[in-house]
Amino acid sequence: MSTSVEEQKLANAALIAEVLEAFPEKSAKKRAKHLATFDSEKPDCSVKSNIKSLPGVMTIRGCAYAGSKGVVWGPIKDMVHISHGPVGCGQYSWGSRRNYYTGTTGVDSFVTMQFTSDFQEKDIVFGGDKKLEQVIDEIQTLFPLNRAISIQSECPIGLIGDDIEAVSKRKSKQYEGHKIVPVRCEGFRGVSQSLGHHIANDAVRDWVIDPATREAKPFASTPYDVAILGDYNIGGDAWSSRILLEEMGLRVIAQWSGDGTLAEMENTPHAKLNLLHCYRSMNYIARHMEEKSGVPWVEYNFFGPTMIERSLREIASHFDDTIKENAERVIAKYKALSQAVIDKYKPRLGGKKVMLFIGGLRPRHVIGAYEDLGMEVIGTGYEFGHSDDYQRTLEHLKDGTLLYDDVSAFEFEKFVARIQPDLVGSGIKEKYIFQKMGIPFRQMHSWDYSGPYHGFDGFAIFARDMDMAINAPAWTLTRAPWKTAA
Amino acid sequence: MPQCADQVLDFETLFREPEYRDMLADKRQFENRHPDTVVAETLEWSKSWEYREKNFAREALTINPARACQPLGAVYAHVGFKGTLPMVHGSQGCVAYYRSHFSRHFKEPTSCVSSSMTEDAAVFGGMNNMIDALSNAHTLYHPDMIGVSTSCMAEVIGDDLDAFIRNAKEKGSIPMDFDVPFAHTPAFVGSHVTGYDSALRGVLQHFWKGQTRVPDASINFIGGFDGFVVGNMPVIRRIFDAFGADYTVLCDPSDAWNTPGDGEFRMYDGGTSKDEVKRALNARATVSFQEFCTEKTLKYIAEQGQDVVSFNHPMGVAGTDAFLMKIAELTGKPVPESLERERGRLVDAIADSQAHLHGKKFALYGDPDLMLGLTAFLLELGAEPTHILSSNGDAGWAAKVQAVLDASPFGRDCHVYPKRDLWHMRSLLHTEPVDFLIGNSHGKYLERDCNVPLIRLAFPIFDRHHHHRFPIWGYEGALRVLVAILDEYFEKLDLNTSDIGVSDYGLDIIR
Repeated sequence: MSTSVEEQKLANAALIAEVLEAFPEKSAKKRAKHLATFDSEKPDCSVKSNIKSLPGVMTIRGCAYAGSKGVVWGPIKDMVHISHGPVGCGQYSWGSRRNYYTGTTGVDSFVTMQFTSDFQEKDIVFGGDKKLEQVIDEIQTLFPLNRAISIQSECPIGLIGDDIEAVSKRKSKQYEGHKIVPVRCEGFRGVSQSLGHHIANDAVRDWVIDPATREAKPFASTPYDVAILGDYNIGGDAWSSRILLEEMGLRVIAQWSGDGTLAEMENTPHAKLNLLHCYRSMNYIARHMEEKSGVPWVEYNFFGPTMIERSLREIASHFDDTIKENAERVIAKYKALSQAVIDKYKPRLGGKKVMLFIGGLRPRHVIGAYEDLGMEVIGTGYEFGHSDDYQRTLEHLKDGTLLYDDVSAFEFEKFVARIQPDLVGSGIKEKYIFQKMGIPFRQMHSWDYSGPYHGFDGFAIFARDMDMAINAPAWTLTRAPWKTAA
Repeated sequence: MPQCADQVLDFETLFREPEYRDMLADKRQFENRHPDTVVAETLEWSKSWEYREKNFAREALTINPARACQPLGAVYAHVGFKGTLPMVHGSQGCVAYYRSHFSRHFKEPTSCVSSSMTEDAAVFGGMNNMIDALSNAHTLYHPDMIGVSTSCMAEVIGDDLDAFIRNAKEKGSIPMDFDVPFAHTPAFVGSHVTGYDSALRGVLQHFWKGQTRVPDASINFIGGFDGFVVGNMPVIRRIFDAFGADYTVLCDPSDAWNTPGDGEFRMYDGGTSKDEVKRALNARATVSFQEFCTEKTLKYIAEQGQDVVSFNHPMGVAGTDAFLMKIAELTGKPVPESLERERGRLVDAIADSQAHLHGKKFALYGDPDLMLGLTAFLLELGAEPTHILSSNGDAGWAAKVQAVLDASPFGRDCHVYPKRDLWHMRSLLHTEPVDFLIGNSHGKYLERDCNVPLIRLAFPIFDRHHHHRFPIWGYEGALRVLVAILDEYFEKLDLNTSDIGVSDYGLDIIR
């Protein structure tokens, strides 16, 4: 059943009004600012974002600690990251983000381990600085090959007045300058993971980048040095990206932070160009390096051939003709693969409608990949985006797309139930709700334990995964045959 | 170019293709890695007795614990009541974590809201958050009741739930008579089993306060925090039904985490109703399946005048026997013949298979009660539970386990490790190897590091699907546990005899 764009806009408006009616009046007023239909004639009229979630509405958001330990710092593989405070935060985030890395876990790499100071009542009452010192001593004893330590603050740290900065400095001195980074990412700071990204970026700036710049460690540069920022190597995403950059003759001197190391972070100010995939979580440090070290940065998008090709050309445009020619060669090389993927899956996926609700970049970045397969994104929203994310999204949106910022479980369920898309892409907390409703679903944070999705190699996996989600025979079984059709 | 549209390569094969191997080898020049020899030496050192001693000397650092925090257990307990929306007063990230954690284990949605406290609440307290949260949750999600617990922030700044909830009602946030049982569940005290205990007691206190107990012949059953609840609770109900007993299960999330895929999302399903909770005050006795999950709850129940009985996650033949005999005693009815036959079948199966497990060494870790039940069952099979470790079991727990070991000749060389973590276990496995490891999904790192096969029988199980749907309790559950262990044993034996040209003689078709 096809509806005109105008009908769709009216339907969306009615749906938003209906959903808001279920809230208490005060809350409805607040939520109204986060829900809208995109109107291509009034493209500035977007939704409000980066505002506190309403208590009691089942937001999908996490916290600043999740943004710092879980996203930015956690994947740096040769560092030990201490979840500083009680046991839970580290436990629930242990190994759940699929930041792939190479190394010998427990010896020179520590990503899939959970280090915690495991606060007890006495630590809350008397303060935890002494315990933290001992934690650091014990790490140094048992993990002598760690390249640095970070302290990821959980809620109590900022509330009980611990001085983790002083501990860090003292211990760093004791261990002959061994890097120890205090991060004030207590979960109550800010309104979502987003402030945690910012705090983590600032800690990288103050404790890694600026000291490295000051010390001016020798580094043999080439004119083709680039760094990948904001790729967390979920299922190997950064690897299937790196391979393309290297094939076009660039030298990737650092990966942030998936499969990253302290040394790579320290190398980054030497890059000729910083390549920024997740703008939301890493723009702060990119801007800092631009101001401080004169490293320009460019955003790119490695989802789906259209955007990959556009990004490769954009990146190449910052370099000489050799690189530009190489970019064309890389694009030509992978053309056959992309075309084969599209030929295989587009007939099965063409015209299918998708609703998304994800984190920092994917609510806009994956739209092109779906469109390469002939699919249409009819609703999207950010868990923790800011207005600059929504601004960046507008060019990718079709007229009449439903927008929902920091969507509540209630709203999302109602939207999907009414609109009945062919696929929902969101997180683990949403997955089973929609699958029970008989609606195909893919986790778009963890790639549903698949991936990589970045690059041409990843696009093949992306297309296959969307096909097996949508065209699974399971969805024909939802309704028992003896039930009359609705 | 390794990727191909016809035969799409996934991560486990894609990154082993030569292009990627070369790329990753080349990346090392930027990584400042330690030389391979140093890494290899350090790896070997980390397996040594010397390392083990340093590792066990740890006092402050916890590495890879097998334990979560209180509010997780509180949310679990609240999910077990009919139409109940769990709400955690504190920062919102906590709730995102609990919901994800349960969903990854049960492969089910978990509904829970937060009062979303932020910096201003740190200064002014979380009263306004509580008022708004109750109002929004009540209006949007139409629960029968809201079960409130707390995470760190609210506890550190000292928010008073009782006063806050009363205040919220007075401000018209929710109706005065709306049920809001609550419990303070600081994450820096105890573990998820403590939170279960606190929240369950909170529910009972809410409904029993001021009520007069009129004793009847019914029995209450409390299961405790249980990752297999979806499979286990039907077994318990079947047992009570077989006895023809009048019983109430206090806290039953087995339906909420097992809803059908039939086109409808059920935010609430099953669970103990308010009427059942109220009636439970009159029961003649309450039986807890897991003592360490119910210490405070049982004390409170005993104070109401009921008999209380507790078990330590009984498993296997003798464990289940003891449980059934207690039910028989409490109901005054004999153990039903159907259960006796089931027992006989389990004993028969054990007799058929015990030779394969006799003398095999096991390492196991998990919640205190589970460890006690599992230890007893392994001893019953003639196996040796060599290393028994718990991150949330204390000295009192260790003494109980020791008593179980002392009672069996197979327990002679076995040791108990209270308040230890999986990095301690790593040292144990390297220095004193065993044949099998029993634990949760986090044990897969030990399986890799120490080359010991992992059998998943503890929460959480993220990396295998639907195990939680099958019971480990009762004779029926014991049979499943037996098969899980045997499967792993036979798999290992087959693997060890599968080297063609080397061990063609050992790959027997009959085992």
